Amino acid sequence: MEVSTEYAVQMHGITKRFGSFCALDHVNLDVKKGSIHAVLGENGAGKSTLMNILYGLYQADSGEVYLNGKKTAIKNPNIAIEHGIGMVHQHFMLVDNFTVTQNIILGNEVTGKFGIIDTKKAREKVLEIVKKYGLEVDPDAKIEDISVGMQQRVEILKALYRGADLLILDEPTAVLIPQEIDELIGIMRSLISDGKTIIIITHKLKEIKASSEVCTIIRRGQYIDTVSVADVDEEQLATKMVGHAVQLVVDKTPAKPGDVIFEIDHLTVKDERGLDSVRDLSLKIRRGEILGIAGIDGNGQKELVEAITCLARAQSGTIKINGAEIQNTTPRNVIDHKVSTIHEDRQRRGLVLPFTVAENAVIEKYRTPEFSTHGKIDRTKMSLFTHKLIEDYDVRPAGCENQPVRGLSGGNQQKVIIAREISNEPDLLIAVQPTRGLDVGAVEYVHKMLVRERDAGRAVLLISLELDEVMNVADTIGIIYAGTIVDSFPQGQVDENTIGLLMAGGKLNETDSQNP
Amino acid sequence: MKLTAKILKKPIASTLIAVFFGFIVAAVILLVAGYHPGQAFSALFHGIFARPKYISNVIIKATPIILTGLSVAFAFQTGLFNIGAEGQYIAGAVSAVLVGVKLNLPPLLQIPAVVLAGVLGGTLFGWVVGYLKAKFGIHEVITSIMLNWIGLYLSNFVVASSAYHMPNSTSSYPVNESSFTMLLPNWKTSDAGMAALKQHKWLYDVMLKTDVNFGFLIAVLMAAFIWYLLYRSTKGYELRAVGFNRDAAEFAGINVNRNIVDAMVIAGALSGLAGALAITGTAPHSISTLAAFENNGFNGLSVALIAGSSPVGCIFAGLLFGGLLYGGQSVQQDVGAPTEIINIMIGTIVFFVALTKVIPVLAEKLEKRGAAHVQ
Amino acid sequence: MKKLAAFLLAAVMAVSATACSSGASSSEASEQTSSASAETKHKLLMVTDTGGVNDQSFNQLSWEGLQKLAEDVPGVEVNYSESKQESDYATNLDKAADDGNELIWGVGYAMAGAIETASKQNPDISYAIIDNNYETVPKNVTCVVFRAQEPSFLVGYVAGKTTKTGKVGFVGGQKSGVIDQFEYGYKAGVEYAAHELNKKIEVVSQYAESFVDSAKGKAIAKSMYSGGCDIVFHAAGNVGVGVIEAAKEADKFAIGVDKDQSFLAPENVLTSALKRVDTAVEEVSKDAIDGKEIGGKTYSLGLTEDGVGIPESHELMGDETYNAVVALEQKIKDKEIVPPTTEEDYNTFINELK
Repeated sequence: MEVSTEYAVQMHGITKRFGSFCALDHVNLDVKKGSIHAVLGENGAGKSTLMNILYGLYQADSGEVYLNGKKTAIKNPNIAIEHGIGMVHQHFMLVDNFTVTQNIILGNEVTGKFGIIDTKKAREKVLEIVKKYGLEVDPDAKIEDISVGMQQRVEILKALYRGADLLILDEPTAVLIPQEIDELIGIMRSLISDGKTIIIITHKLKEIKASSEVCTIIRRGQYIDTVSVADVDEEQLATKMVGHAVQLVVDKTPAKPGDVIFEIDHLTVKDERGLDSVRDLSLKIRRGEILGIAGIDGNGQKELVEAITCLARAQSGTIKINGAEIQNTTPRNVIDHKVSTIHEDRQRRGLVLPFTVAENAVIEKYRTPEFSTHGKIDRTKMSLFTHKLIEDYDVRPAGCENQPVRGLSGGNQQKVIIAREISNEPDLLIAVQPTRGLDVGAVEYVHKMLVRERDAGRAVLLISLELDEVMNVADTIGIIYAGTIVDSFPQGQVDENTIGLLMAGGKLNETDSQNP
Repeated sequence: MKLTAKILKKPIASTLIAVFFGFIVAAVILLVAGYHPGQAFSALFHGIFARPKYISNVIIKATPIILTGLSVAFAFQTGLFNIGAEGQYIAGAVSAVLVGVKLNLPPLLQIPAVVLAGVLGGTLFGWVVGYLKAKFGIHEVITSIMLNWIGLYLSNFVVASSAYHMPNSTSSYPVNESSFTMLLPNWKTSDAGMAALKQHKWLYDVMLKTDVNFGFLIAVLMAAFIWYLLYRSTKGYELRAVGFNRDAAEFAGINVNRNIVDAMVIAGALSGLAGALAITGTAPHSISTLAAFENNGFNGLSVALIAGSSPVGCIFAGLLFGGLLYGGQSVQQDVGAPTEIINIMIGTIVFFVALTKVIPVLAEKLEKRGAAHVQ
Repeated sequence: MKKLAAFLLAAVMAVSATACSSGASSSEASEQTSSASAETKHKLLMVTDTGGVNDQSFNQLSWEGLQKLAEDVPGVEVNYSESKQESDYATNLDKAADDGNELIWGVGYAMAGAIETASKQNPDISYAIIDNNYETVPKNVTCVVFRAQEPSFLVGYVAGKTTKTGKVGFVGGQKSGVIDQFEYGYKAGVEYAAHELNKKIEVVSQYAESFVDSAKGKAIAKSMYSGGCDIVFHAAGNVGVGVIEAAKEADKFAIGVDKDQSFLAPENVLTSALKRVDTAVEEVSKDAIDGKEIGGKTYSLGLTEDGVGIPESHELMGDETYNAVVALEQKIKDKEIVPPTTEEDYNTFINELK
């Protein structure tokens, strides 16, 4: 492509290697001034590396960068900032106990006489930017007191305060709730109307459709395509990103539910502060049925899972699997009763990261005669077992059973957990946020697995904050609000708006619901 | 370049580099202090290797710190920082003395009884730390530092008590001779033994001039045992799982609290064993008033660090440390350099070992540069 | 008890003829011999106890003695070897033997066992030990003991004369024969002064169960001062540093030990009970170099041999007391007064005083 002043950024033939690994291989990116340009790719495709090169954090091994049509060597972030580039990282770089203003001016303080910080002047300048772009933030609030969405605004403000004309947003929506995502898109629009340029890195197709005009797709370090967002649909984007056709809608046959095997009756659980976070909650799951629980974060989902897995005490009520009460026993007992759980926090609860894949694969069964005799672990059997799991579940890299699980990508780590939990042959499979942080291909895989296990006659409890996921995968949709299941519907008999209303604590006028 | 990078990535390489830098820094300090580094180092190596009995002494010196090193390394592997090895060592020594002075059985019964007493002493100290952590969440560093002092004053209390204090000395009575774990303690000092040993000068030296004892063998066996325990047993699997990630272990149904207690108990037992074997194996076979810590446990921290918490590595790190400690005396005797310089050298080595996490990174850089050149 | 008895026996044994009184002439002799054979190198080494070479006490004094020897006598090489733990004694002594030292010093009674073993292993090397005596002294070992009760008696007398509150203190390291000499010598001295002044003086005594924990020494002394004592004597090595610190803080008197400790607190150290370990080490070493037969002997050093005493400076006690002390010194030398070394002797001493 021709170099032209029409473009805010042009990156041509960018190549970057880490050791023998080629992170970027002749990648091109041309971003028009005053546009929102998405960079789409799966996890590890090289999106962040490309942006880090633009921001001067990495140096490209070869290739050129042009800013406003002029070839520029960006050796470090300071040069990038000088050229009006601002970057908002996925993980915010804010000082928790400083105020918004203090954080914004940090490293770029307005100093008066004798080097004293002129906070008043700085605050005025901040307020000016806030007003201009509709970035509603209280300049005097402390970072620790404001929401994640607000914190992101502070990061954006910080970049603008430094005079950024080009904003790079690295996975900006990963941490936001749906409402905040909409607000962010609004802010982005008001920024470009003021002549700013925005590059947004993401793997979420919906947001690209909602926000961007142009999208550049990268796959495994290779430049794939640059498309006008209006001309393609989500499926097409996904196909380009993953490299093969993907199904965004879960393909499943109607459920053939059997007997009720899991039952929670009037369960009440207190949270860490001693408040009832689950109150009087009841639910039932049958064999061959997926019960999806939708709800806004913090409505008792976490405590519900902890009570089922006996990490938290049930104050009252019962939890029964196959007729046996398991509440207030031990995690071991729950596992022994054939309940397997895919925890939402795979790095904290799901895996022992320094352990090998094989060691992780047997964490619930290392003591069974299959893997140990007289207290001695049979490492050969462990490896063989894991090798088979890796093959069956297509964990990559193949043959990684004796490598630390830490080295695997997020999607593959999740596959290890799923493989492990399913290999327990549970009667009840609990999946909490099973697709969090996974890319499209991996999400599709996880959903397929849940359906497969349902068809194998297991009861599946899916708890997710992603409404789409619950609506697509679950056979029965329950809505949790304030620690209790407020209503539930068979799949297909309720629309998104109704569920959204119930999730927010609203009431339905008609009583067309059925109890769980 | 690739080969260099590959070698540098091996943990042993970084350790050797650290040792090398330790020597360089020590050389500079020796020079600044006005001593000839060449002389000092030759005195050091002479003092370690010149005679069989020196080597024997190095091994004897290394024995307790190999065990305390194992104790610390083991705890590290299970996610605990056992800074209490010092106190556990003292507890082991005190318990061994408590039993060994009063009990007098035939050696075959006496030795196990005394050593077991020491192990139990250390175990008790370890258990307290583990229990407080498991039950009340009190951090092990705090409790074990306090127990170190309790151990020290307990030891001084026993030394001063009328039942154990040897008159006209600063120490307790030695344990009964039937508790000795030296090689043939009676035979070697008998006339027949002396006569037989005289035939071989070096054997005579090693047997009679050093307290050559079974401790080192036991330490090596323990290293092998700990390795097996950690990497081949279901118990070790649990311990490491809890150590690396409590939450995941708990979630997978492993009893976290019990494993914390078990880990501290085993760590304490190892340090206690070190204390007991020091009493049974080396003169003066007694405890004496302690003004400050003797550092048998704290040196174990350094040993574990140098060994990268590898149980087998502890044997070699312990020998290195023992060699420096023992050979350091020669530097001071022959060259007149104060023992502090040896301590600085040891400190430098530990410092560089701690820094060696940098070396694999360096190796990666080398590799990258290599890759860039290829292109 | 057996050991204690042996110790007493040795303490009474006055092997004065070969000791320091003849020091001057023997040193001349040694100069002659050493110049005659200038190339004959003499190697001497001392092994410290766990106190280390800078202990402000007998290790340091011994080292000073050896250094002085090296300065005065050509062809003499001296070294020291520090012990960090009790188990270091044997290995340090062994290495010293390998290095070709002809006389090896062990400092402190803690090394008694190690020296005995080493002397058996190396019959050709001479050993000497400070503050210890054996039942039967091995042929190649020389014991050097001090009649510490004598200077202790003197400082006790000074304390008795100086006290205004009528209450003085004693801080011991650890109960042992050596420390008993200090305690009962001191108590007898105080009693002697009380008898002379015809008043009652109380002596409180306490043990720190340590020779190194100066914080404990300070704590004990503090409580003694606040309990009415105005003078505290210590025989407790490094613990005494704490005692002197407490004296400084309370602005009361302390009495030093082994060496003149007035440098620690010039306004508060009333006097010190000297044990001239340095001179003893120097003189005995000289005898050894000169080829004198010193093995198997015990040197018992007291006032007569100038092996103990009190410093000459006496600003704090005044001339009158000092002169009385000098007179008392003569009485001890003349054996008119025999300061006690044990509780038993002490009781007899008191009874005779009355």
